[in-house]
Amino acid sequence: MISLIPRYLFNFFFFVLLQVLILNKMEFSGYLNPYLYVFFILTLPFETPGWLLLVLASILGLSVDMFSNTIGMHMAATLVMAFIRPFVLERFSPRDNYEPGTLPLPSYYGFGWFLKYAVVLVFIHHLFYFVIESFSIENFVKILIKTLGSTIFTMVMMSVTLLFTYHKKRRI
Amino acid sequence: MRNFLRFILRHHFTFLFILFELIAFILIVSYNQNQRAIYLSSSSKVAGDLFESVNNVEQYFALKDVNGELSSENAFLRSQMPTSFKQSKDYFSLVGDSASTHQYKYRACKIVNNTVRKHFNYITLDKGTRDGIKPDMGVLCNRGIVGIVIKCTDNFSTALSILNPRLKISAKLKESDFFGSVSWDTKSTLFSTLDEIPEHANVNLGDKVITSGYSSTFPEGILIGTVDEVVHPEGESFFKIKVKLSADFSKLSYVEVVENIFQEQQQQLEEESKK
Repeated sequence: MISLIPRYLFNFFFFVLLQVLILNKMEFSGYLNPYLYVFFILTLPFETPGWLLLVLASILGLSVDMFSNTIGMHMAATLVMAFIRPFVLERFSPRDNYEPGTLPLPSYYGFGWFLKYAVVLVFIHHLFYFVIESFSIENFVKILIKTLGSTIFTMVMMSVTLLFTYHKKRRI
Repeated sequence: MRNFLRFILRHHFTFLFILFELIAFILIVSYNQNQRAIYLSSSSKVAGDLFESVNNVEQYFALKDVNGELSSENAFLRSQMPTSFKQSKDYFSLVGDSASTHQYKYRACKIVNNTVRKHFNYITLDKGTRDGIKPDMGVLCNRGIVGIVIKCTDNFSTALSILNPRLKISAKLKESDFFGSVSWDTKSTLFSTLDEIPEHANVNLGDKVITSGYSSTFPEGILIGTVDEVVHPEGESFFKIKVKLSADFSKLSYVEVVENIFQEQQQQLEEESKK
């Protein structure tokens, strides 16, 4: 467990910087806003205690907020995602539960499982974020289109990131 | 207590989530302009509706008093009808064309929120610009003067109550016509202070204090209160008169907003003469 800390520390800074320096500056017609930083929450170990999950989610959200001038909005959305994560993991658990020492990554449980798990959480995060961003549900269809588009975009970028980072792991 | 703690500990994940989410929302509404505007406008709408519905309930309890006041006012108005005057054929009176000389318009309003215990007191009325109410109109009740409208939205207006030191009203003594200004001394909700009455004026306890009609907001002769105490501060040539207000601010419910149709004309002329 302890040996994982430096890696997650690196992940944290890497994803926050990637988000605020590159992804936030991308704009495709105002409908596609990828928020790849949630990948950090997705990949936390299964055994992460609930309180740590929430604390990490709020710190992560708040640090992204600070650089994108949206204090509290990413924090709220990421918290919702972190809160739902244990329930989603329980729902999608394999027949003989998760093996100790494994991480929620495609290299352990296959790409199909990860995609299911990630799409649900990313969709919830994006939906919540866009609702907070407009702070009303008047034009809900527009929010929904935005959410769907951005979810797909985030998932594509996440797959690319996975190909880069975790390919080697599988061979070992 | 122990069970309560155990309950919290068992569900600490949920409670922590709610706590963090609350913090996030507080941050959102305090640092983001757009969300803040939406939050404030919706909360003020909720508050306005709440005050209105609470007031609807409260009114039932005040119905008896209100009825009494209305009937007494009815009696007063009836007494002013032409039929209640003795007609004499010995002299004729000049009747002006009512369409061209109509100067004051009255609109009945209900008070939906009212404070009396603060330093600066305000009244909220249930009508706004949609019903023709504009800032600077006067507010009266059947017992006397209440205040001046300062801000209006579509459906609500707020008025400065007399119980607000920011409001000064031009007033005069009914018996002797000496004029001064009434302002609130912030001490009691029943009393106000009339200043600038010169020391050679003849003031008696119980004299009526009425509006002077100089301010263009109120018609002349509306009751403000009665003289309760006359003080002559040393070294000053003016009286300081304690006025017992005729309106009871702690149980106001129906008021009238008075519009002076020639107000703008009068103010414009006065501005121009000052130049």
